Amino acid sequence: MTAFSTWDIVSNLLLAARWTVLLSLLAFVGGGVVGLVVLYARIARRAWLRRAAGLYIELFQGTPLLMQLFLIFFGLPLLGLDVSPWAAAFVSLTLWSSAFLAEIWRGCVESIPKGQWEASSSLAMSFVEQLRYVILPQSMRIAVPPTVGFSVQVVKGTALTSIIGFVELSKAATIITNATFEPFTVYGFAALIYFALCWPLSKSSQILERKLNVAHHHH
Amino acid sequence: MAYSFDFSSLADYVPVLVKGVAITVELIAVGGALGVTLGIACAWAKTQGPRWLRPLVEAYVELIRNTPFLIQLFFIFFGLPAIGVGLTEMQAAILAMVINLGAYACEIIRAGIEATPKGQFEAGASLAMSRLQTFRHVVLVPALQKIWPALSSQIVIVMFGSAVCSQISVEELTFAANFIQSRTFRAFEAYIVATVLYLVLAVLVRQVMRGIGALVFPRRSVAR
Repeated sequence: MTAFSTWDIVSNLLLAARWTVLLSLLAFVGGGVVGLVVLYARIARRAWLRRAAGLYIELFQGTPLLMQLFLIFFGLPLLGLDVSPWAAAFVSLTLWSSAFLAEIWRGCVESIPKGQWEASSSLAMSFVEQLRYVILPQSMRIAVPPTVGFSVQVVKGTALTSIIGFVELSKAATIITNATFEPFTVYGFAALIYFALCWPLSKSSQILERKLNVAHHHH
Repeated sequence: MAYSFDFSSLADYVPVLVKGVAITVELIAVGGALGVTLGIACAWAKTQGPRWLRPLVEAYVELIRNTPFLIQLFFIFFGLPAIGVGLTEMQAAILAMVINLGAYACEIIRAGIEATPKGQFEAGASLAMSRLQTFRHVVLVPALQKIWPALSSQIVIVMFGSAVCSQISVEELTFAANFIQSRTFRAFEAYIVATVLYLVLAVLVRQVMRGIGALVFPRRSVAR
């Protein structure tokens, strides 16, 4: 048996962590794009669109991410679609984050005073123009801290993809544990790497929030 | 593309699902109660506790909130035996849930405590209550009442997280769904049923929390 030094363990975990980072980034961007579409539907003028978006959000927020992952990974092949762990991981994390981001952003859009809608509407702007030029630029400012905060959930969510066999940090930790029989060290280091990824995001979200609140008080 | 759903193939496995639901309920009931208790203790330590305790609680909360539940669970179940602490699957799952919920509950409850007007603390002190008595009788209950909905949501989130406990072969709902899937190859049906059951459980957890809230918190007689 090859002996694993602590450094071997850490370096292998770090190599696998690249996939965690990549998947998190892709899912976050994908979730952001789909989330914008869902947001648009959620605040649309047509009632059925609002209701459909509400249902979508409810469904993804109201069920475990692991179930969504399983449905896509084990379910879709039954429809004849070949789904790799990569694709299943990306698709389910994207859909899941889009629901949360849409709901976060809806809160931000709704915090914009009604007068802004009325003012822009009195300038004969269409709904899309109102959003594009008046509402979104203002709500974006409020949206930054909770959005950054949510990115932590996405990074942590990627750990679940190890269960369908996607080799990222958590899966690598399991593989290395099976080779070294040192679960305490391996999972300990894996936890520290996750912490190193997530903590700066959590902290910057807090700092941004405080900054924003300060700006608010001086108005 | 055509897929015909066949939920009848699940009929034989109803007892498996029932057992799965029962264990998920057990996990969330025990984990929820102990987790909230730990959260209250930590929130006390963070706001009123001795100064040396605060950085420790802070480190605990930050560490747990910034690592995935799966890794926490694996560390407890696979890692702790290496240093002589052996746990059964169920014990490990409950311990992981308590530690996880404790950290989130701590932050939520702390926010409630910090929203308590300072006069409440002073009023307690002027009635010759000790700091702990003031905390227990004057501060805690209104603080909990303020954050009860947020706490309920967090418990539901932790319940969804408990799906991961299937990975250390705790035979909860997800484990049941996996089992049925592997026996019948009816992946869609098995996971859809499990997902719906999770939805129902989430509604139930919220109802129970609302019920507890109605019991514990005195109705306000003064308009806010």
